[in-house]
Amino acid sequence: MARLSLDNVTKSFANFDAVKDVSIDVADGEFLAVLGPSGCGKTTLLRLVAGFEKVTSGEIRIGNEVVSGKGGSVAPEKRRVGIVFQNYALWPHMTVAENIGYSLKVAKLDKAVARRKVEDALALVNLQGLGERRPANLSGGQRQRVALARCLVAAPSLVLFDEPLANLDVHLRASMEDEFASFHKRTGTTIVYITHDQAEAMALADRIAVMDDGRLAQLATPRELYHEPANEMVASFISQGILLPADVLSAEQVGHCKIRVLGTELIVRCRPGERPRAGAKICCRSADLDVSPDGPGFDGLVKRVIYQGGSAHIEFTPSTSPDLTLHFEQPDPVVLESGAQARLRIRSGWLIPAAGAAS
Amino acid sequence: MSTRIRESRGQEMVLTAAVAIVIVLLSLLPMLRLIKEIVAPGGTLSAVAIKAGLASPATWIATWHTLVVGIGGTLLAVLSGTLVAVLVTLTDIRARSAMVLCYVMPLMIAPQVTALAWLQLFGPASPFLKLFGAAPPLGTRNPLYSTSGIILLLGVQYGPLVFLLVRAGLRKLPRELIEAARAGGAGWFTVLVTIVLPLMTPSIMAAAALAFVSCVGNFGIPAFLGIPANYLVLPTLIYQKLAGGGPAVLGETAFLSVLIGIIAMAGILAQEIMSRRRDYRISSTSLSAEPYELGRWRPAVQAGMWLLIIVVLFLPLFGLVLTSLVPGYGIALTAKTATFDNYRFVLFEHDAASRAFFNSFWLSIAAAFFAVLVAVPIGYLIAWGKQRWVRLLNLSVELPYALPGVVLAIASLLMFLRPIPLTGIQLYNTVWIILYAYLARFLVLALRPTISGYHQIDRALEEAAQVAGAGLFTRMRTIIFPLVAPAAIAGGLLIFMTALSELTVSALLWSSGSETIGVVMFSFEQGGDSNYAAAMSVITVAVTFVLMLVTNLLAPYLPTGVLPWRD
Repeated sequence: MARLSLDNVTKSFANFDAVKDVSIDVADGEFLAVLGPSGCGKTTLLRLVAGFEKVTSGEIRIGNEVVSGKGGSVAPEKRRVGIVFQNYALWPHMTVAENIGYSLKVAKLDKAVARRKVEDALALVNLQGLGERRPANLSGGQRQRVALARCLVAAPSLVLFDEPLANLDVHLRASMEDEFASFHKRTGTTIVYITHDQAEAMALADRIAVMDDGRLAQLATPRELYHEPANEMVASFISQGILLPADVLSAEQVGHCKIRVLGTELIVRCRPGERPRAGAKICCRSADLDVSPDGPGFDGLVKRVIYQGGSAHIEFTPSTSPDLTLHFEQPDPVVLESGAQARLRIRSGWLIPAAGAAS
Repeated sequence: MSTRIRESRGQEMVLTAAVAIVIVLLSLLPMLRLIKEIVAPGGTLSAVAIKAGLASPATWIATWHTLVVGIGGTLLAVLSGTLVAVLVTLTDIRARSAMVLCYVMPLMIAPQVTALAWLQLFGPASPFLKLFGAAPPLGTRNPLYSTSGIILLLGVQYGPLVFLLVRAGLRKLPRELIEAARAGGAGWFTVLVTIVLPLMTPSIMAAAALAFVSCVGNFGIPAFLGIPANYLVLPTLIYQKLAGGGPAVLGETAFLSVLIGIIAMAGILAQEIMSRRRDYRISSTSLSAEPYELGRWRPAVQAGMWLLIIVVLFLPLFGLVLTSLVPGYGIALTAKTATFDNYRFVLFEHDAASRAFFNSFWLSIAAAFFAVLVAVPIGYLIAWGKQRWVRLLNLSVELPYALPGVVLAIASLLMFLRPIPLTGIQLYNTVWIILYAYLARFLVLALRPTISGYHQIDRALEEAAQVAGAGLFTRMRTIIFPLVAPAAIAGGLLIFMTALSELTVSALLWSSGSETIGVVMFSFEQGGDSNYAAAMSVITVAVTFVLMLVTNLLAPYLPTGVLPWRD
């Protein structure tokens, strides 16, 4: 096990930067998820850590050793990193046992010892007795387990997962998720887990690094990411947060401040040290919105109601700012109707820190 | 059946029938005729022909020689082709496309030209060696007149064939399979030996089978290198028998040609069996692997690669050009002796040679033109047809090309020795029998790119025309032909280049007045007039170069892999 640190890592290809100035510290034994939309640079980040790509600038350390940096790059085969690929990457010309035992054979380990280790690895992923099969004769979930066993058998200092569940069907995903979680608990391995599925990242990770356009947008625990997004991208990307323009009216006091949004005044959560400013944004969730026919709030037009079973997706335009459309979910009983006027109340929210503010 | 239904099915049936007739005429009929000659010479079942063939010691010697040079040439081709494919595809070697172009080039040059070029390089009369005063004394035997010489040149000729197939396989290898091994601690060489090469066995074996068939059926190289040393393989044995005995020995040569066919088929069969034993199918698709960084070895590897290319391509061609400029055998080339007389002689003065240029050009154009016309409807039925028998169709078009050329030549002779029944038309001893054989043999060269062209076209384009009311022939003319035309025409150009300096088939089918470039070149060389042969070779190689450049203009409209020399 080892810790992994990235210091100001940048990776440029011919004419664009795939990864821009990313710094992440992964503690020994931590489960870090790297989350982002496709094309955000997360796979490049993983390939940099594995050593398949070279950094343009910055430094990567595994344990205490600099593996990528100004001084050059340690070859992938010397990094003791395990990888589980999205398409499993099992070698079709080898049996399951040969696949798993490959790194031991390369390391010229004693045959009997190697065989025992392969057996242990098979047992660890519940595939006892399948060692002589060919990968082609396994189901998707079984192949994924073989891939997992193959990367574990060499006791890597660090395990990288590249969207390991993307090719599995929904049912299998849930059970593999459980297996990854229990595997992490059992072995305590440091894990970097690439995914574009935020539910997966939330369920598994100790901390999540959200990436956007090559940059690290926020690195935080799942809870913090949801409740206290550091910027607009994270706020809208995580659970489709609702972004509203607001003016900060009072300075922060015990984590709260007073703001004006859509013509009404409101107390929201905020970072320490916030001061009154105009042109700010708040993030709130569907659960923070109430329909209040008589009480305080703001009026507007219900543009569309799409019933989705158990709840409805609502599109709402406030009358004070007709260019804005709010998207939110309302659980049953759905009382809003398409084309009707309604009054909404925001109960609470989070003031998004000003761009450039230190986190 | 209503009239409307009959109308709409009518055109399809006409098309199918026309295609069927073409294929029966060009592919099935000659093969059946050949088999009939073996098992029932003269019309009644008998084993006489087979027994006579088996009893002759010449048969066994030639068979042995065929196997020796076939296996030797295949091994050399597989080793060199695979090595070059790995280096070019998996490492960060520079100037890759230029390397591919140059390495594949020998494939586009006719085998007898390759043979001639190498002979000019090493013989005692070599103008190249004379430049350094290193030529052996006159009368010394050319070292290439030997078994190892034949094997060497077969390896040079067909190494690129192996290269192309293995390179295509390597490009489809998902990078994760390599990266998983590297993450598992394997260095580059270990990855190569334990992952890459085992996964490439299907490609390598398929390439080996193809190289074997080509080596076994090759006529030009053993003819130029083996006949002077009296080292006969089956194709050259057939040639000598026919040249000496004429139609009287056709039965005997038919047996020998079937023997070559069987040896070639055995090679393909062995590959089928071996690849069925282990299934290495790669299911996932992904990016291809990051090139391995050679680091400080890169200059050395690059130098080695270019040295190889200089040795297999530039030196022989250079030797050929030098020989074509020398006024006579054994004369050293200097600024004073250099002359274009040889070119003038073969182009304008020598009757057979100038006739040969004319014949070969129009034969190649006719074969290419016809093949393009026929490939479009046949490709339509194979690529988009729903019938089961289309696989068979494909196979029967492949057969005349897959089998060694002598097989088809003998079959054509047997078919047309007597006038065609009912019409009384005589093809034997005319140029038309050569055209027939070219059509049959090279059709597949246009068909393959056409089929891959069809696979790239969205069928909805045709269906839209159908909905708009266009019948099959109208669709064929206005929609389908324009769409697949680039691929089909590229195939036609490949046929032209191949047929232009073809020797194997025409060596057996030519007659006075219907000489081809290959035939005249061969007789010049046999008569000791290497200078004239070299001049003719230089002209055909130059034409081929120019045509390759022209064909390159089509490249943007072609499916990948249609032009072998394009990377």
